[in-house]
This record gives sequence, C-alpha cells and structure tokens, in this order.
Amino acid sequence: MNVGEPAIQLSDVRKAFGQNQVLRGIDLDIPAGQVTVLMGANGAGKSTLVKVLCGVHSADGGEVRLDGAPFAPATPSEALRAGVVTVHQNINDGVVPDLDVASNLLLDTLASGSGTFLKRREMRARAREIAAAVGLEIDVTRPVADLTLADRQLVSIARAMAHAPKMLILDEPTSSLSAVEADRLFDLIEMLRERGVAILYISHRMSDIRRLADRILSMRDGRIVGAFDEKPLDYSGAVRAMLGHEMTEVDIRVPERGRPVMEIKDLVLREGAAPFSITAHENEVIAVAGLVGSGKSTFASVLFGLQPPVAGTMRLDGGPHLPANAREAIRAGVFMCPRDRLVNAVVTDFDITENITLPFTRRHSRGSFLSFRSERATARKMIADMGVICQGADDGILTLSGGNQQKVMVARWMAEASRLLILDEPFQGVDIQARRDIGRKIRETAPSRGTIVFVAELDEALEVADRILVMSEHSVVGDHRNENIDVSAIMAEVVDAATARAAGQ
Amino acid sequence: MKQANTAIDLAIKFGFLALMAGLIVFFSITAEGFLTPFSAVFILQSVAITGILALGVTSTLVVGGFDLSIGAVATSALMLSSYVMVVWEMNAFWAVTFSLMMGAFVGFLNGVLIVKMRVPDLLATLGMMFLLIGAQRIPTEGRSISTGMALPDGTIADGTFSQAFLMLGRHRIGDLVPLSVVFLIVIAILVWVFLELTRHGRLMYAIGSNAQAASLAGTNVNRYKIIAYMISGTLASVGGVLLAARLGRGDVASGNNLLLDSVAAALIGFAVLGASKPNAFGTAIGALFVGILLQGLTMLNAPYYTQDFIKGAVLVVALMFTFALSGRSGRGRI
Repeated sequence: MNVGEPAIQLSDVRKAFGQNQVLRGIDLDIPAGQVTVLMGANGAGKSTLVKVLCGVHSADGGEVRLDGAPFAPATPSEALRAGVVTVHQNINDGVVPDLDVASNLLLDTLASGSGTFLKRREMRARAREIAAAVGLEIDVTRPVADLTLADRQLVSIARAMAHAPKMLILDEPTSSLSAVEADRLFDLIEMLRERGVAILYISHRMSDIRRLADRILSMRDGRIVGAFDEKPLDYSGAVRAMLGHEMTEVDIRVPERGRPVMEIKDLVLREGAAPFSITAHENEVIAVAGLVGSGKSTFASVLFGLQPPVAGTMRLDGGPHLPANAREAIRAGVFMCPRDRLVNAVVTDFDITENITLPFTRRHSRGSFLSFRSERATARKMIADMGVICQGADDGILTLSGGNQQKVMVARWMAEASRLLILDEPFQGVDIQARRDIGRKIRETAPSRGTIVFVAELDEALEVADRILVMSEHSVVGDHRNENIDVSAIMAEVVDAATARAAGQ
Repeated sequence: MKQANTAIDLAIKFGFLALMAGLIVFFSITAEGFLTPFSAVFILQSVAITGILALGVTSTLVVGGFDLSIGAVATSALMLSSYVMVVWEMNAFWAVTFSLMMGAFVGFLNGVLIVKMRVPDLLATLGMMFLLIGAQRIPTEGRSISTGMALPDGTIADGTFSQAFLMLGRHRIGDLVPLSVVFLIVIAILVWVFLELTRHGRLMYAIGSNAQAASLAGTNVNRYKIIAYMISGTLASVGGVLLAARLGRGDVASGNNLLLDSVAAALIGFAVLGASKPNAFGTAIGALFVGILLQGLTMLNAPYYTQDFIKGAVLVVALMFTFALSGRSGRGRI
C-alpha cells in the first residue's frame, strides 16, 4: 500500500434512522499512511459514520470501497477480518478487565480459533510478540483490571494491530487520558502511520489535532462540509466549517428584556477555571455555544443542582439558589430539559400524557390520587401548542418520530410555569421542522421567565436566541446581542480559545 | 395486514384469560366436583398466601428491582410469630405486630443495601434470603416451635397459639370463605389502587422504565425504591403470619415453595391483558391461574411431583406471551 493512495473511499453514503436522516451523502477518501482527523459537533453523524465503517450499521445507500474492492461489512468481526479496526471512545469496550493481558491480546483468536484447552506458554509468547510490535512494554500475565486506562487502551489497540489492519479508526481516544498517557498513544499512532496504515481520528481536542493531523475533514448535519489538507492546516477554518453558519430565514427581533431572574456572580465551574458573572432576565432567550468539553454541560448541571459549583453565588429572584438535587431545583422553579432524551428524559413504557405530566403529578392529583382528566387536559393542550404529530394523547412515546418525541420532552417542562428554563441541546437528533417549532415555542413562552438554551451548533443559537454566550475552558468568554451579529467574531471566540489553549500546551 | 395485526393484538390481550377460561371448562367436564363453591374456595385458599407474596414482589418489579428474600421473610415471620406466642407468651396482637415490623425492617435493609450500598438487587436479596433462613433457626436450635417444646436452656415453653391468632388462618366467613382469602382480595385491591391510581404508583413505574429520567424529573428515586422493598417485606410477613395461623405451629420445614410460586405468579401477570409489565391485577390472575391448574390436576389424580414441572411450563408459556408475541423488548430485564 502506498502512502497517499486512498485506502478507503466512500461515495454518497447515506443512513437514516426512521425519519431522521443522519448521513446525507458522505463522500470522502482516507489515504494510507496519513492521519485524517474528522471533526463535527454533537449529532453531526460522526458516530454513525464510524458504525457504518466498522460493521455495526449498514448503509442505506452509496458505496464504500476498501483498497478498490467493495466493502460492506455485515458485522464488526467481518470488518475486522477485512482489516478495518476500530478503537471506541469507551475504553472498557475494547478489553475484558477480568482476563490477563495475554488473553486480551489474543481474544479474537480465542473467540474464533479451534481447540478447547489453552496453551498458556504459547499464548504468552505470542502475546509478547504482539505487545512488542506496538512498543507496549507490559507484563502480559497481569490482569487488565489492574492497568491504567491508558494501558488498557494501548492493549486494545495492540490487540487490533494483531490483525495487520489497513485502517484504524479512533473515536475520541484521548477523552479520558492524561497528557503523558496521550503522548504514548500519539507515539503509537505515528508509528502506525509510518507503516502505511490509514488512520481516521475523531476528536475535538485541538492539541491532539495539531499534533497528529495530516488532513482535517469537517462534518456537519450528515455531510462533509470542509476538507483541509494544505499545510499549514487551517484549524480555525475547520472549526468554522464544523460549527457552520447558513443564513437562516428566522428573523429575530430582540425584545425588551424584563426583570432579572437569575443572577450569577463569580461562578467557578471547576478548579482553575476563570470565574464569570451572568444575569438572565425575563423575556430573554440566552443561547450558550461552545465546543464539546467547554463546560456547557457542567454549567447546566450546576444550575439544575446536579453538581455544586466550585465557587461563586447564584441568586434566583433575589434569593440564594443552591439546589442540592433536581427536586430542589424544580421546587424553586428552575426546570431543565436534559440532553440525550432517550437516556435522560423519555420514559419508554409511558404514553404521551404520562411523559408530559411526569414531574408534576402532584398538580394532577387530589391527595395521592391521580386525576386522569386533569392530566389528559394538560397533555391535549401541550400537544396542540407544540404541534406534536400523533394519533392521540395515549400514543406510546416510542411510536413518535425523534422530533415529536423531543417536542413532548420540551412540552413536559413548558406545561408548568418556571422561573428559569434550561434546555440542554434541545435540537439534538431533531428534523428541521421540529427544530423550528420548538424554537418558536421557546420564544413565545419566554416573557414570563428566563431561558437558557445550550446548543451544539451556532445556527441553532442564531435561530432562537436574543443573546449568545460563548463558553470555553469552563468559563464564559463572549457575550453578544443577537442583532447585526458578527458571526465571525463569535466563531473566533469559540475557536481561538480552543486553539490558543492547544498552542499553549 | 391490518386484520392480522388485530388478531395478534387480540391474542396478546386476551390469550391468557381465554386459556384460563378454557382450563376451567376443561376441568369442569373432566374432573367431577371441580365446578363447585367448595372447590372454588379451596383454590382461593391455596393461592391466598402465595398471592399476597406475589403482590409484594410485583411492587419491587415495578421499580425495576426484584426481591428474592420474600420466601425467607415469610418463614421468618412464621417462626417469629410462633416464638412470640409460645416462648414469650404474648398475645396475637404482639405476634402480628412484631412480624409485620420485622418484614418492613428487612425490606428497608434490602432497599438500603440496593440503593445506598449499590449491591445489585438479585444479590442483595439473595444474601438476605440466606441470612434469614439461618437466623430464624438460631433461637430454637433448628427445631420447630410448638407448645410444650424444650428450649435450649432446658425449660419448657408453656405459651400457646391464641385463638384469635389461629382464626386468621382458619376462620371461615359464613362457614365458607376463609379469612385468608379475604385478606388476599383486600390486599390485591389496595396494591392495584396504589400502583394504578396514585401518583406514587405512577412514579414507581417511571423509575422502573427509566430511573435516570425519573430522577431528572425530580422524583426521589431512592426513597421510592426503598418503599417498594418495604412493601414487599411487609406483605411477605403477612403471608408468613397467615401460614403460621393455618399451621398452628412454627414449622421450620414449611414455606419451601413460597418463593418460586409467588415469583411465578408475578411473572405470569406480565402476560395478562397484554400488560407486558408487572401489575397487580395480572399478578392476582397469575396466582389464580396456577391454583386452578394445580387443583384441577390434583382432582384428575395427577401425581404431586409433577406440580413443579407444570408450574414451570406455565411460566415459560406466559413469558413467551409477554416477550415474543408482543414483539416488545420488555423492560430490559425483569
């Protein structure tokens, strides 16, 4: 295999889950002997793309060619045999902690091999060879459970290397590693690059990207929206392409803001982060933008009482706000519609009505007894308000499309009056129409409360917000009114803080 | 296509009830004396105790848990209530009160082990089961409790089972309906009302389906889980007291089948009316179904040792109804 020749080629690869188009025609080449970095915000479709390549999902359309031959693995083990090796984000997916290093390194052989009894000595010798081949110095008789995360990851990569792969996919491999540990991983990746392996590296960390990237692809909304391979690499351009900005038809007229609702003073989200102060007002929709890992989720968790801040004060309507858990936050009038609805929000066994009334069953009860009539009235009203497309209020929640499920989750928190409504990535996995509907509803109901929307893409912020905050390094680094806004200034804040950090390391 | 769907829907929804009706018709024809009030009462009496235990398990299944200790809690309540009356020579009120408190306390311990110490539910309640099976034998050095028994210190226990206590297990209203059957019906209705009509029941179902979502919606997940195990422990001790009252002695060997029978009834309940989830009505029907089947087979002179096999077969068929036919993935785990 020659350096620079495409090891894997994708043309017009498509994939949808139900009505949700996740990959909308991916065209890309990944050349041998190079590190191709893939960047994209949450929900851009990176994970789905990886899953298509490693045989977890099969594509709905388009073609994948590996070394010129058609490649459509039906299972992960088929992809592995064909020479496409994937190291997943969750390190423990790649190893069996209870077994020793040698057994882990030979796991695939054990699983598919013949014979019944283990030949320990042979296994150890073979395992040492495999470990040595990737420069992993480790006692192969140690149980993997005793190893550090970094070593576990190297073991899972070494295991993959035993197959002499043509292509290696790493999905955010450094997300749980320290700087020193990451360095060892980078050395290994560079060694594999020398050997002519095509490497697809998915990451948000600018420091990783600067160190490794030969080329950068930016992905957005199920498409490749930018390819950067001229040296020096245009890192800012890549981040801009990934965050994206198309002028949308939504026309925001920033209204007069009302009384202050949530006053945040000198809040420190984690040790060493810069303190910031922000005030959220009635009739004001604040969008918070920033890269993954910029502290958006931490900010949301602190507001909703899921974790305490390191320092600083929060005042709600003038009184102190320091909820110990979600229950206290809700009682105080601070509601949060969490991200990842299927994990954090949807009660799959419940119908639409039961999902909507979940936090406020007390309002729909006399004593302890539920009033089904009251519940149903609320559900019908919210379904109509939000424009949820369904047969009726007693449809199972999973019969709805992703966008409609999300509308129900937002409706859950709009059914009662709040002082501060937090929406964490409410547009995740949602089609454009549902996104518009939800955005409009957020805007309509805003006068009576403060609203903070955490967004993955800048477009979303421009569509719903009166005011846009930019987060980086667990602090707020920019604060903009959404009028005649200088998008490139915001982009610069999102990107520069991240690249400056990387350069400083 | 539409037609086929509705046929399957009907099968899922009413299949199990139809099966039960068919069974009743079959036994009425083949087994003489099956379709009499006396036989019906006998069936109800035979399922009363397992039914009550099964309703307890149901409450733990609802929050996505499981309670393996119910059989051991019931036999512990049996031994404790006997001990209170025979050795401590106290009256029926205290025998019942101590037993129920013990059941609630064991449920509380189970809940704390699972919620606070993060022991997986099956292991926590399994451990508690072994612990109780051992503990209940220590005070009497492994012997059954009855009036006139010799205690470890050489004295003779003079206490007796009070008449009031024995009534709980033996009295029949109008010489026909046993008191224990009345208890079953009342408890079944209470559990049904609690789970289906109160907001507490609704939140418990939410926890069983997605505990994370319930928590982020402001539900006190830990408290509800502990309450579920306390309901389970308390109902198991009710079953144990009724068993003691029926037997009239603290028999160490009784109650071996309680766990299996009641878990089977609760799981069969998943299939009733296509609920695909734990529910009080289904559990009661499940217990009744097993009772009818065993009574009919006994009247047809089927040998006693085939009973467990038949119960197992019914359980497997019911689980097929629930999981395969309805095409749902169920609740991830039981």
